[in-house]
Amino acid sequence: MAKKMEEYKWQDLNAGCVIDEPGNSLQYKTGEWRILRPLTDYSKCTKCGLCWLFCPDNAMRPKEDGFFASHPDYCKGCGICAQECKFEAIKMVEDKK
Amino acid sequence: MKRKGIEVSKAIAEAAKLARVEVVSAYPITPQTHIVEHLAELVANGELEAVYLNVESEHSALSACVGAAATGARTFTSTSAQGLELMHEILFITSSLRLPVVMVLVNRALSAPLSIWCDHSDVMAARDCGWIMLFCENGQEAVDSLIMAYRIAEDKRVLLPVIVNVDGFTLSHVIEPIEFPEQDEVDRFLPPYEALFKLDPERPVTFGAYGMPEIYTEAKYAQEMALVSSKKVIKEVMEEFGKRFGREYKVVETYNMENSKVAFVSCGSINENIKTAIDLLKKDGLDVGLISLRLFRPFPSEEFLESLKNVKRLIVVERSMPQGATNTPIFNEICALIFTRKLDLTVENYIAGLGGRDVLPQEFLELVVNPPEKDHGREYKVLGVRG
Repeated sequence: MAKKMEEYKWQDLNAGCVIDEPGNSLQYKTGEWRILRPLTDYSKCTKCGLCWLFCPDNAMRPKEDGFFASHPDYCKGCGICAQECKFEAIKMVEDKK
Repeated sequence: MKRKGIEVSKAIAEAAKLARVEVVSAYPITPQTHIVEHLAELVANGELEAVYLNVESEHSALSACVGAAATGARTFTSTSAQGLELMHEILFITSSLRLPVVMVLVNRALSAPLSIWCDHSDVMAARDCGWIMLFCENGQEAVDSLIMAYRIAEDKRVLLPVIVNVDGFTLSHVIEPIEFPEQDEVDRFLPPYEALFKLDPERPVTFGAYGMPEIYTEAKYAQEMALVSSKKVIKEVMEEFGKRFGREYKVVETYNMENSKVAFVSCGSINENIKTAIDLLKKDGLDVGLISLRLFRPFPSEEFLESLKNVKRLIVVERSMPQGATNTPIFNEICALIFTRKLDLTVENYIAGLGGRDVLPQEFLELVVNPPEKDHGREYKVLGVRG
């Protein structure tokens, strides 16, 4: 998106609302929706990557040390990572912004 | 131009071949069956270079057309009645994604009671799904309309799907003398489809993204403006078709309107019987006209109003039940136009030809001379209903 959604006139839209700028969902910060945030206990984490696989917004990302952390711009706090973690390493906690 | 006697369904399949369709995706249903059977033969015999997809339902048939059209292929499907209603969800997806799929809808009554015979209840139940809709009075018009439909649908100013309505059995299963244009003439009229956007790994795009409240209204308005503006292109294409092939079509066609104070309004094959009634009345010195809606969506309001000329009484004949509405669909639109343009006209609403019941010229003649009373407190009259 070259500009904010609210600034588009109907004439500006592509036919069929086709999005022809691949990857522009990065500009849409779903992190604003968040109430809870995932908190990982790295002593339980085995670096299996299930949280990364299941995160619907690709917000859970690998760090350089091999562990995973959620990106605050995109994590909307859905809790799927905590639900899927087989080692109970992730808890959802209140996000004090 | 070759002229030959052929069943109209087969002629429609031959017209799809002339249009060089690349993907055919359809599920057989009476009375559409002969169209897709013949297309399957043409593909199997190597006479038509296309992918023929055997699918498990009409929902899948149209979904596959959507996918194929999104890759930039010229797609064809065909169905009738219940098949169209099973496609219903995807009808809206096709038009809002602006994919130029072309469908021949062989009009058939909706169940129950189960009927394989013609009326327009199928298309009328799907009339507001954003497709361009054309009606045909005979087999030649069906062939010509199908070729024109691709040219209209694929125009970059349009990019919308088209339904070509062809009355079940009355048209689909009769043998008519049809003039087929030569392949090279069709090729010149209808160049290969070039999509504005297509699914291509080399240049990824997203079809069918989510629309938040901030953008949905603009998205739907853009779609509506494309549909409304398509009328200009439809008229251009009809005019060019006439110049190239010698058969010119108009979005609203008229018959004997010059001196007529009374006129019928209808669409489809029933119009040929109305014309016979008009000829009989003319012999008795009575001038009655016919306004034939070849284009139904987008509704050709201006062309309809221009066609009225000196008419004071309109007789609107439709082949579907209002299903609880005050009147039948075309009647309601005409009345809205007459009211908003403050015209001085009386308009009568008749329902006829449901589930394949014949309506003979004599019955139309009677409507003019002895208009029947409305019944059961309704705002319309169902012709010939017993009780």
